[in-house]
Amino acid sequence: MSAPRGTPRDASAPLHERLLEQVLLGCGLLSIAITIAILAVMVGESAGFFAEVSLAQFLFDDTWTPLFAERHFGIWPLVAGTFLTAAIAIAVALPFGLLAAIYLGEFAPPRVRAVLKPTLELLAGVPTIVYGFFALLVLTPQLQRWLPSLAGFNALSPGIVMGMMIVPMITSLSEDAIRAVPDDLREGAYALGAGKLATVFGVVLPTALSGIAASLVLAVSRAVGETMIVAIAAGQQPRLTLDPQVPVETMTAYIVQVALGDVPTGGLEYATIFVIGGALFTFTFAANLVSRRLARRQYRSVAT
Amino acid sequence: MTVARRRRRSRALERGFAALCFTAAILPVLLLVLLLADVVVDALPRLRWDFLTSFPSRHAERAGIVAGAVGSLALVGLTAAFALPVGLGAAIYLEEYGRRGRIASIVEVNIANLAGVPSIVYGLLGLELFVRALGLGRSLLAGALTLALLVLPIVILASREALRAVPTSLREAALALGATQWQVTRRVVLPLAIPGVLTGSILAVSRALGEAAPLLVLGALAYVDFLPDGPASPFTALPIQIFSWTNRPQPGFEANAAAGIVVLLATLLCLNGLAIVLRHRLERRRSGR
Repeated sequence: MSAPRGTPRDASAPLHERLLEQVLLGCGLLSIAITIAILAVMVGESAGFFAEVSLAQFLFDDTWTPLFAERHFGIWPLVAGTFLTAAIAIAVALPFGLLAAIYLGEFAPPRVRAVLKPTLELLAGVPTIVYGFFALLVLTPQLQRWLPSLAGFNALSPGIVMGMMIVPMITSLSEDAIRAVPDDLREGAYALGAGKLATVFGVVLPTALSGIAASLVLAVSRAVGETMIVAIAAGQQPRLTLDPQVPVETMTAYIVQVALGDVPTGGLEYATIFVIGGALFTFTFAANLVSRRLARRQYRSVAT
Repeated sequence: MTVARRRRRSRALERGFAALCFTAAILPVLLLVLLLADVVVDALPRLRWDFLTSFPSRHAERAGIVAGAVGSLALVGLTAAFALPVGLGAAIYLEEYGRRGRIASIVEVNIANLAGVPSIVYGLLGLELFVRALGLGRSLLAGALTLALLVLPIVILASREALRAVPTSLREAALALGATQWQVTRRVVLPLAIPGVLTGSILAVSRALGEAAPLLVLGALAYVDFLPDGPASPFTALPIQIFSWTNRPQPGFEANAAAGIVVLLATLLCLNGLAIVLRHRLERRRSGR
């Protein structure tokens, strides 16, 4: 009898087959190598940076001007710009995405759902460079009619456009969570006399809560790592502000700014993009892990 | 009486809420359609044949997209050549060989996490690894290798899904007849899974077509007045070209950027169409056998 899958192949398999298995394993291990390579690059370049700039200056200085004559390396202005645009994006994406998920999961007739779901996915398939164009050249001029104080580069417009892009991510993961709620629970609620709305808000959403939270965490991670929209429409002025009407600079936009300029490789300015990149990588990697754990928690609690 | 009224009111509330949810689902899509219509109107004056065949120019009305378009096609082709074999290999290992093993589960979590890493981080990796350490320079090859790393997790996820769709009973039947694991994979699983693998992979690789951030970080050029003549050639790409036009203050370039967007979106649509057609044909051939 042949060995069940998942156990080591028996030694009697022909040599070329055993070699092949090693090649396939190599393909799989390449993904681990990528992670290690990213870590190595970020840590290597950051080590050079922190040999010259103290961690205290990085964390406690409130200005970021590594490209000026008087250099400051305080990360907070970039962090503020990043989380300001991300927060605007989430403020747009969460209500729309969640309501759409409730519609798809609880109300939509199968035929409507079959059309609406792939249509929503289109939003996530449009390249981000296109959204950047929307934000800078279409939405900002429109918004300036209502908000005359809005600057040509601002956090508001790219934030809103980024929110549009993230809607399908929240919808699809939240809908999975809503559909994973067993029908027994819904029927139990109906049997106790609850209406549809009471069932959705009293039973379904609370049960699906950690799955919905998982989609939120992933959306934040996506918004923080988004580059082209903010590089095009948010500006290049690192500024410690929460005002959505003025130009800011996000972590990703800073990396693009340096990459487009004539910064000599190997210098301190060059190292900054890897420090910022390392911070981005760490944050998104951690967010993905948290999101996975949250999503699994729901499925475990529903299964018992 | 009051019970009936209350029930009627709750039914109305319910319908209102469902309508609200429906509106929330449809509104972002409508906004996208509006914005796209605006782009097409902007693009109309530039959407002529010479836009597709001209090199960039300082004069907006003479500038064209040929360098970006050819660069993007070469880039995506090379990316697919790197990412598809490796991605399929990894998926085969995870689904057919290493299932439930410890290595497989570590690789699995890692791939899911890599799929969520921002694309600009891959750009930084490519800059250090391919452009500098391996000395490939700011070449087409360096760009394609970087994009291959970026889409690899997506190719693996799509291929695994296709492999998983093949019924286990077929594998068991072949194993029971004495076939080796590779024979089962090669003769039974792959023929059934290939249409799904291809469709998923084309969709994954088409993501590489729209990526601008990693290429900007690698140092793709914005002004290129020649076609790439090999993998070592410097290059530009459609999204890079669109980016550089979007950033120019002169109004003529806005129309160019819009026209570039129309070309990019049309190419993406064609790729997606190709994926669907390919799947249909392969599926028909299989069922006809």
